[in-house]
Amino acid sequence: MSQINLLAASGLTLDEGVSLLYLLASVLFIVGLKQLSSPKGARQGNLTAALGMLIAVVASLTVIHPSGGKIIAMLVAVIIGTLVGAVSARRVKMTAMPQMVAAFNGVGGGAAALVSVGEFTRLVSGSNHGIVLAISVVFSVVIGSLSFAGSAIAFAKLQELMTGIPITYKGQQLVNGIILLGILVLAVDIVGFTSSIPVLVVLLIISLLLGVAFVLPIGGADMPVVISLLNAFTGLAVAASGFALGSTVLIVGGTLVGTSGTFLTMMMSDAMGRSLSNVLFAAVGKVTESSSGGDGATSQDQSVRSGTAEDIGVLLTYSQKVIIVPGYGLAVAQAQHVVRELADLLEQKGVEVSYAIHPVAGRMPGHMNVLLAEADVKYDQLKEMDEINDEFKLADVALIVGANDVVNPAAKTDPGSPIYGMPILNAEDAKNIVFMKRSMRPGFAGIDNQLMFDPKTIMFFGDAKESLTKLVAAVKVS
Amino acid sequence: MTPELIGYITTFVLAAFVGIEVISKVPTILHTPLMSGSNAIHGIIFVGAISVTSASHGSLQLVLGLIAVVLATINVVGGFVVTDRMLEMFKPRRQAEAKR
Repeated sequence: MSQINLLAASGLTLDEGVSLLYLLASVLFIVGLKQLSSPKGARQGNLTAALGMLIAVVASLTVIHPSGGKIIAMLVAVIIGTLVGAVSARRVKMTAMPQMVAAFNGVGGGAAALVSVGEFTRLVSGSNHGIVLAISVVFSVVIGSLSFAGSAIAFAKLQELMTGIPITYKGQQLVNGIILLGILVLAVDIVGFTSSIPVLVVLLIISLLLGVAFVLPIGGADMPVVISLLNAFTGLAVAASGFALGSTVLIVGGTLVGTSGTFLTMMMSDAMGRSLSNVLFAAVGKVTESSSGGDGATSQDQSVRSGTAEDIGVLLTYSQKVIIVPGYGLAVAQAQHVVRELADLLEQKGVEVSYAIHPVAGRMPGHMNVLLAEADVKYDQLKEMDEINDEFKLADVALIVGANDVVNPAAKTDPGSPIYGMPILNAEDAKNIVFMKRSMRPGFAGIDNQLMFDPKTIMFFGDAKESLTKLVAAVKVS
Repeated sequence: MTPELIGYITTFVLAAFVGIEVISKVPTILHTPLMSGSNAIHGIIFVGAISVTSASHGSLQLVLGLIAVVLATINVVGGFVVTDRMLEMFKPRRQAEAKR
């Protein structure tokens, strides 16, 4: 083969050549991650990492010697995987990106666990295994399965296949404790004593349970943080598989994701003004007995003011400064183009329009920026929270489009509220508040918003896209 | 400890530090694409899945390996494609800025 001739000419063995290609792949992963963390190079960064992946895959194919039947079987497996991955990634709507990432992450965790189980069964039967192999395999199986099952639950919550409200029950701590203890006992058993494959299978199943138990009590609004953490977990599982297989490129790739993912998770919970442990263990968004009894009753007693499109159209047209606060409802209704149309129209009439982007508006950080960029909204109109919060008191109208929790004053005023302490947009400071919402239903975090009952607030019910279209028509005639 | 193991541990520890250093400051808008991109990188488990499958003995190991290959392929392909789609959205904005 020409490739081997080339290697021979350069004085390298095939294995050495492959190792160097793995090194190149690792470098490309690092450079790709670096580029991904700045807006300029982000898209290039993804391609850089993909190139690294391609090099690693091609290199790995030169050192395996499968039989003909296996080659065909693996080819079929790769084709199936490519079709499923590419088609679902292409077809997914922008609003469903978060659960898509969860799904891709979950299968990665599953693959890491299965690779380790496969390697263990192969080496144990030859009985030339050491303690390092056993520890790596156990770690990879536990973390990989946890990530797989946890991602599946995160997917189900975001896809609304199950409730997004935290699920807690009596004795939950005890059950989780028993699961953890079981994992510990089985892990020690495998590493220290039996090296038993059936025990490893039981360990895998219990770890799946742990993944489910871990994500169930976390609210839908916090899923992005959880997915990011599970992403880091999968990275560590892959690194552990790398130890089991003796593969440097797996160790580097997995570890990079493991630590950068952990760091990113902390940045994400910081952006929400919460600690990671608060996100993971506080069951935020759970409607507690007292609050549903107390607040629920009061909110039903309070009345809200709702307005017609014409009223609001006039109000907007004769304003000097309007701040639009977009949220998940905008994404669901795919209303980004209409909202830009409304903003352009108002600007033509001399109104100053800007968008207030809360770091966690929508279901993923950056969700709103991506959506509005798609609609060609000018970059300098998008204002981050710190930049715009003092401007609300100068604004004539705060136009809230499908956002809720990110403008809930309870985050500042009610220490009993589950979102207490989260930084919010000061929409309540504006002279008028137009609250566009589908219904009086509480937001994603499952809590009431007193802002709806503010005397300055006009409610405008309906699907965000339809409502905005009506407003555009109303502004045109006023 | 074998020299190989020492080498692996060295690699692991250094990669851990690089992972933290490389993303020290990221604007909020890039949190999601970055998560998605790094999600694709752990699809490197594909290399492990291929090697375990080709070295498998017996149908159990083969089936385990093949499932791992399918899952890992979904991770890699889906991960990179979905990240590219997210970042594609940033393009019109740059054009819009250039126009002005």
